[in-house]
Amino acid sequence: MKDVLNIGGREFLNRLLVGTGKFPDKRLVKDVLEAAQTELVTVALRRVDIDSEQENILDYIPKDCLIMSNTSGARNADEAVRIARLAKACGCGNWIKIEVISDNKYLLPDNVETLKATEILTKEGFIVLPYMNPDLTIARQLVEAGAAAVMPLGAPIGSNRGFKTEEIVKIMVKEISVPVIVDAGLGVPSDAAKCMEMGCDAVLVNTAIATANDPVKMAKAFDLAVKAGRMAYISGAGASFEQANASSPLTGFLREEMQVK
Amino acid sequence: MEYKVQIRINGKQINMDKVNTILELIQDKGLNIDRIVVEYNHQILSKEKLAYTFIKDGDNIEIVSFVGGG
Repeated sequence: MKDVLNIGGREFLNRLLVGTGKFPDKRLVKDVLEAAQTELVTVALRRVDIDSEQENILDYIPKDCLIMSNTSGARNADEAVRIARLAKACGCGNWIKIEVISDNKYLLPDNVETLKATEILTKEGFIVLPYMNPDLTIARQLVEAGAAAVMPLGAPIGSNRGFKTEEIVKIMVKEISVPVIVDAGLGVPSDAAKCMEMGCDAVLVNTAIATANDPVKMAKAFDLAVKAGRMAYISGAGASFEQANASSPLTGFLREEMQVK
Repeated sequence: MEYKVQIRINGKQINMDKVNTILELIQDKGLNIDRIVVEYNHQILSKEKLAYTFIKDGDNIEIVSFVGGG
């Protein structure tokens, strides 16, 4: 049976979502997305520099990838809604990653404004994936508001610090009915594998790939880690113990039995 | 006599010598119409309307497109 990830009624076979920011050369993006075998990529919306010709990121995204704009730059719900509507008008569909950030130092999301934006945009027919501080109560409210998935952060955006929010995300995985996608902060493939082993439905990686010495190879490494972690989750890990538990039989040793005195 | 207008494009004040449509402005700047979205005085402008919307004094125009992002 195929292991399918369903987000907002659409099926995905690949559980590695890739962000397209920070690549030193846009041409890398195409190779990276192919190496990662990703089916869902994120982009951002910005003012065009009308005085200089620019390459467009869309030219480097494979045609079969679903494109989801984020609302980065939004500091409150209204700004996020405005960006979402503009992104939709760009003609790449109605998937939106809500990102509302008013804190410039740690780039931590504002859960309250994120919830407000989610409520508005789901009513307008958007497929909404909110980026959030891991929090069970808000996650439940986001689901109630119609979020297609929730995206708790692993560590601050672009920090490559790893999966630091494990305990709370673990609870979210158990309790939340929509896919839980760890977004932001994952630094190395083992971080992604950890998320997947625990039962997260997918991960979104950008900086760790874009800032690697060899982004294409790192994208492949993340792809393998996500697949390995997912397979381990499905396999069901064995119990863990404080003390040793011999793997080999404890009988038939080639030695004299100890004399009981 | 040429009619001068002062407008704001992407946050910058610009003086234009001649009244154009938004479509003409976009073509003049060499932008790909399929890759951008225009917000005209805080309203999203559909592509069909670009050719019928004339730039007038005091207009606020935002021209946006997708860039790499996470």
